[in-house]
Amino acid sequence: MTQVVIVGAGLGGLRVAESLRAAGYTEHIVLVGDEDHLPYNRPPLSKEALAGGVQVEDLHFRRKDSIDDVEWRLGSGVVASDLTARTVTLADATVLPFDALVVASGIRPRILPIPGPTKGRHLLRTADDAAGLRHEIAPGTSVVIMGAGFIGCEVAATARKLGAEVHVVALDAEPMIRPLGAELGAAMRRRHEAHGVNFHMGRTVAEFLGDDHVTGVRLDDGTEIDATVIVEAVGSVTNTEWLEGNDLDLSDGLLVDSAMVVQGADVPMVAVGDVARHPNALFGGPPRRIEHWNIPTETGRRAGAALAALLRGDEPDRSAFTAMPSFWSDQYEYKIQSFGMPGIATSSVVAAGSVDEPCVVEYHDDSGLVGVIGIDRTADLAPYRKQLAQRGA
Amino acid sequence: MIKIHVDMDKCQHYGQCCFEADDVFALDDDGKLVYQEEASDDRLADLESAVDVCPMQAITITSA
Ligand SMILES: Cc1cc2nc3c(=O)[nH]c(=O)nc-3n(C[C@H](O)[C@H](O)[C@H](O)COP(=O)(O)OP(=O)(O)OC[C@H]3O[C@@H](n4cnc5c(N)ncnc54)[C@H](O)[C@@H]3O)c2cc1C
Ligand code: SF4
Repeated sequence: MTQVVIVGAGLGGLRVAESLRAAGYTEHIVLVGDEDHLPYNRPPLSKEALAGGVQVEDLHFRRKDSIDDVEWRLGSGVVASDLTARTVTLADATVLPFDALVVASGIRPRILPIPGPTKGRHLLRTADDAAGLRHEIAPGTSVVIMGAGFIGCEVAATARKLGAEVHVVALDAEPMIRPLGAELGAAMRRRHEAHGVNFHMGRTVAEFLGDDHVTGVRLDDGTEIDATVIVEAVGSVTNTEWLEGNDLDLSDGLLVDSAMVVQGADVPMVAVGDVARHPNALFGGPPRRIEHWNIPTETGRRAGAALAALLRGDEPDRSAFTAMPSFWSDQYEYKIQSFGMPGIATSSVVAAGSVDEPCVVEYHDDSGLVGVIGIDRTADLAPYRKQLAQRGA
Repeated sequence: MIKIHVDMDKCQHYGQCCFEADDVFALDDDGKLVYQEEASDDRLADLESAVDVCPMQAITITSA
C-alpha cells in the first residue's frame, strides 16, 4: 500500500486529493492540517464573514465523494521532514511515512518587529483569526490597519460597515498600487475616503503605544493615532520551515515545473497554491507565486495528475501551464475583478468608463495586453480574458 | 440529465462559472448570473469544474 501525505488542509490540499482520485490513484491519502478545521473558504474572512460573524461550518468547501476514504489529521501540523527517509514529523511527535509528498502549506501574514504591547494586534489568515478580530470591532472602535493591499482595504471597508473608525497606514503611495497601478489605486482611495477611511500613505508604524494592551500607534513622522485594534496586513511569508534541512531552494516558496513537480527533490513531490513558485506560459518571465484563490484549484489539478503518474512510474504531463490568474475583491458595494497579471505591466489605459465610475482598465507591457481590471463591469471583461488566454497560442 | 442549481443568496455574480461552461452559465447585460437548470450528461466534467471554481461555492449539480 502506498501512502501520499498532503501537508496543508486548505483549498490546494483538497484539490490535490480530489485530482489524485480523478487520475486513478486508489491507495492511501493522509491530509495533515495544523488548523482544527476541514478545508474552508478564506476570502469571506475579510468580507461578508467578518461583517456578519464567522461560522466556519458555512465556509467549508464541498468535498467530492471520491475522497471519502482519505485520512484527515487535523490540529497538529508538520514540524519537520526527511526526504531521504521519506517521513514527516507532526507537532504531536507522530512520524508519518510517505511514498509521495504534497506541499500545500500556503503562506501566513508577515509580522514586523515593532516595539510596544502585543495585545490588540491582529493578523488575518484563518477563521480563528477572523473570529477574534470580529469580536473586537464594534461601532466606534478605533482600528488601525497596517498595509493597503487587498486584504487591508477589504478589512477597512468591512470595519467601516461595522461602524468602526478606520485608519490605514502604508508605505506605498496609493492603496493596492502593485496590481491596480497609481491611477486606479488613487481612485479606490477616493472611494474609501468617501466612506470615511483615513489614509496615512507613505508612512509606517514606528511604535505601538500603551502598557499591556495597545492604545494607539506612533507613525514614523511622529503622528499619533488612538486605536485599540491593529490589523497587520503587510505581506506574507511562506510556510516552508518544515522542509528545512533537505537541500531545497526555499527562498520564495517551492520552485516547481509546469507539472507542479518540486525541483531538486529525489522523491515524488509536488507543490500547489500560494506556496508554489510556478511557471506560466501565458506570461513568461520567471516562475512566480500567485496568491489568488483560483491558483490552488488550477495547480492542484495538475499536481494530482502528475503525482498519480509518477506513482505509476509514468512521466507526468509537462505541457505548458497556462492557468489564467484571476482575482476579485469586494469593497463596500464595489466589485473589483482582475484577469491576467496587471502587476507586471509597464503602462495602463482606461478602456471604458472612468476610474471614479464603473470602468475597465487595460494593462500592457511590450508583449501587449498582460492584464485587465474592471470595477463593477464584470460582464465586460470576458473578451479581454479571451484575448489574454490567447497569449499562449 | 444533470440538474443545476445556483444558490442566488450566495452568488456574487463573479462569472467564473461562465468560463467553464458558457453554454450553461452567462452574465446578462446587467452583470447578473443567468443559467440553464438542466444539461446533458456529457457536460459533467465542465460542470464539475464550474462547481470547483465558484468563489462562493454557490453551485450544486445532481444527476437526475
Ligand atoms: C482574508 C483573506 C481574503 C482573501 N480574499 C481573496 C479574494 O478576494 N480573492 C482571491 O482571489 N484570493 C483571496 N485570498 C487568497 C486565497 O484565499 C488564497 O490564495 C488561498 O487560500 C490559497 O490556498 P492554499 O491552499 O494555497 O493555502 P491555504 O488556504 O493557506 O491553506 C494552507 C493550509 O496549510 C496549513 N499549514 C501551514 N503549515 C502547515 C504545516 N507545517 N503542517 C500542516 N498544515 C500546515 C495552513 O494552516 C492552512 O490551513 C484571500 C486570503 C485571505 C487570507
Ligand atoms: S462563479 Fe459562483 S458566484 Fe460567480 S457567477 Fe457563477 S455561481 Fe455566481
